[in-house]
Amino acid sequence: MTGTNLYLMIILSPLIASAIVGLFGFALGKRASHCLTILGVFISTLGSYYLLNQVLNHGLSYDGPLYTWLSVGAQTYSVGILVDSLTATMLTIVTSVSLMVHIYTIGYMEHEDGYSRFFSYISLFTFMMLMLVMSNNFIQLFFGWEGVGLVSYLLIGFYFKRESAVFANLKAFLINRIGDLGFLLGIGLVLGYFGTLNYAEVFARLNTMVGVNFLGTNWSAITVICLLLFVGAMGKSAQFPLHVWLPDSMEGPTPISALIHAATMVTAGIFMVARLSPLYNLSETALSFIAIIGAINALFLGLLGLIQNDIKRVVAYSTLSQLGYMAVALGCGAYTVGIFHLMTHAFFKALLFLAAGSVIVAMHHEQDMRKMGGLWKYMPITYAVTIIGNLALAGIPPFAGFFSKDLILEAASNAHEHHMFGSSFVVFCVYAAVFVTACYSFRQLFMTFHGQERFRNVYAQAEHHDHHDDHHGHVEPHETPWVITLPLILLAIPSVIIGWVGFDKFLGGEFFNHVIFNAQFFADKIAEDPITPLHMIAASLHELPVYLALSGILVAFIAHKSPVFVATVKQIFKPAIYVMERKYFMDDLFINGLAPLGRGLGKLLWRVGDMLLIDGLVVNGSARVVALWAKIFRKAQTGYVNSAATYMVVGILILLTFCTSLILK
Amino acid sequence: MIGMTHYLVLSAILFALSVMGIFLNRKNIIVVLMSIELMLLAVNFNFVTFSSFLHSIDGQIFVFFTLTVAAAEAAIGLAILIILFRNLRSINVQDMNQLKE
Repeated sequence: MTGTNLYLMIILSPLIASAIVGLFGFALGKRASHCLTILGVFISTLGSYYLLNQVLNHGLSYDGPLYTWLSVGAQTYSVGILVDSLTATMLTIVTSVSLMVHIYTIGYMEHEDGYSRFFSYISLFTFMMLMLVMSNNFIQLFFGWEGVGLVSYLLIGFYFKRESAVFANLKAFLINRIGDLGFLLGIGLVLGYFGTLNYAEVFARLNTMVGVNFLGTNWSAITVICLLLFVGAMGKSAQFPLHVWLPDSMEGPTPISALIHAATMVTAGIFMVARLSPLYNLSETALSFIAIIGAINALFLGLLGLIQNDIKRVVAYSTLSQLGYMAVALGCGAYTVGIFHLMTHAFFKALLFLAAGSVIVAMHHEQDMRKMGGLWKYMPITYAVTIIGNLALAGIPPFAGFFSKDLILEAASNAHEHHMFGSSFVVFCVYAAVFVTACYSFRQLFMTFHGQERFRNVYAQAEHHDHHDDHHGHVEPHETPWVITLPLILLAIPSVIIGWVGFDKFLGGEFFNHVIFNAQFFADKIAEDPITPLHMIAASLHELPVYLALSGILVAFIAHKSPVFVATVKQIFKPAIYVMERKYFMDDLFINGLAPLGRGLGKLLWRVGDMLLIDGLVVNGSARVVALWAKIFRKAQTGYVNSAATYMVVGILILLTFCTSLILK
Repeated sequence: MIGMTHYLVLSAILFALSVMGIFLNRKNIIVVLMSIELMLLAVNFNFVTFSSFLHSIDGQIFVFFTLTVAAAEAAIGLAILIILFRNLRSINVQDMNQLKE
């Protein structure tokens, strides 16, 4: 099977499964629900692998409309499909991780309410994500963009009876609206300046846009468009300062934290910028901006991971930090490197989240790391895959994360050599973040799997307080069932090997030619100095990053062994830690600063604009004018027959006089 | 010599009188009915004048019709008046402002 049928099959099979399970889930039961949705995603996965193979080995590429959605004047908006190496890569990532998460969910959600609802949602998410990556125009991209946002909202609030979950999903939704406003404005400007929303047509008309200024200002129109589109990416990909929703989104069940809030949806912004690389290459300002924002994410939000005690929040902050790395890669013009990191990150971060979920299941839905410890002998598989995931995250060769992260560091240094604005800050941040990443990820590992078995104290206390209710204390933590461990193992494999397997494709090779256009200075560097995976590993032994990562691990180990060290550090950095505990006051800024401002503006518009001007002046005002005149005229309405007769006769007289004068004329 | 103009002026005076009788009368509704009759008579006077001066019998035939209608109208008007009086216990025009409400 080839052509559009294949593409349609890949896109639609999760949607069909989702619709069936969503509408009839209550009648189908648990088993049928998960079988159907897994089948749907499995078909997509097979199709994606087939497509990847076609693209890799036969140079398949396709760009065409499927269906005209609407046409207004000369503009037509169509649903179209674009298949190239970037699409195929993203498809493979999305469907693979989604399939793993589907299988994992069987074990994770076993005893939860809303089982089939959950499966329906994640399949719907897969569909939306596939729409997003396969689209060949901005409108369809926006459709997928909003669709994944919707499912993210639904799933963060999956436990809708829990107040914190409802708060978190509302927060995610509102923050994303800010980003989407920018995104929509960007799309509008693209339509305004290029007259089309099709990617290929926009890129073909890029030459005409060089030197065009934005609406009578002296800003380049391209820069304005790029920045606005990136604001959308900032919302979706949780870039500072719109990152505040991502840590809170951990209120949702763990499988979706892995799928949506780590591996796929949050990378949509990165994907979008890479997709539009020809556009972004024309604006150095936008690239600098992206790099600086990414650097802030990478270091400063990574730092917050150091002080978290919730096992999922540590991984959430590391996601923010890694998204920052991807943005840095984009900003330094190394789009393929960004996508490379996106891919390796998708696998090892999904792995880490699912492993955290496995621990949570074993701990009977306890997420506080202070109540864990010493789990390694009870959960050997989870322990092993967590080590793999953390090594990949920390960037230790030869794990997947090492290659992509090292390339990002190299891209940043390269940008620094080419005097990109703000690049010294960027370089400092990404190097420091390597240390921080290793430190928080191994802190999490040590706290969870090593040291005292602190969960025993918790249970002992619970038993002490309540003899009847506690059925946990007597059960030893044990390895989770195969539906949970199998996806972990399957994700651990790419977390190890995808780095050097994918390396050639992402760098130097021809895989992304004519799809992603790296900035000239980065492309030149790659061309003049080709690197191989082995060469990189050898070179890394006498370069800074690996030692930064190792020292990060060492510090985490010392902190684990010696509470005195932790206390001393806490004492020294007391003000800094206070600021970090308040999350740099970003939540305060939004909740106590911007939200009241917005509410105040709304109140002003309501009171003055709505109540006073529209209701008071226009609607009630016109009625009042009519009433006023009526009050005057009703004085004449005496109700007496003779006055009525008087008016009639006078009226006739006037009419007759008027007519006569007309006739005589 | 009495000409057509004199007759027409008389008729106009009669008509104006009856109109003013309707306009200004605030006391007695029977006066209103009488004014209407007078108005019809003024019109009849016009018809007769023109019939005589133009040597045409048509005007006088119209007068017969008008008189018949006036008689019928007076009968109906008086009947309504009686019912009105029964309900309101008054023939005062000033009491008859129910239309106002």
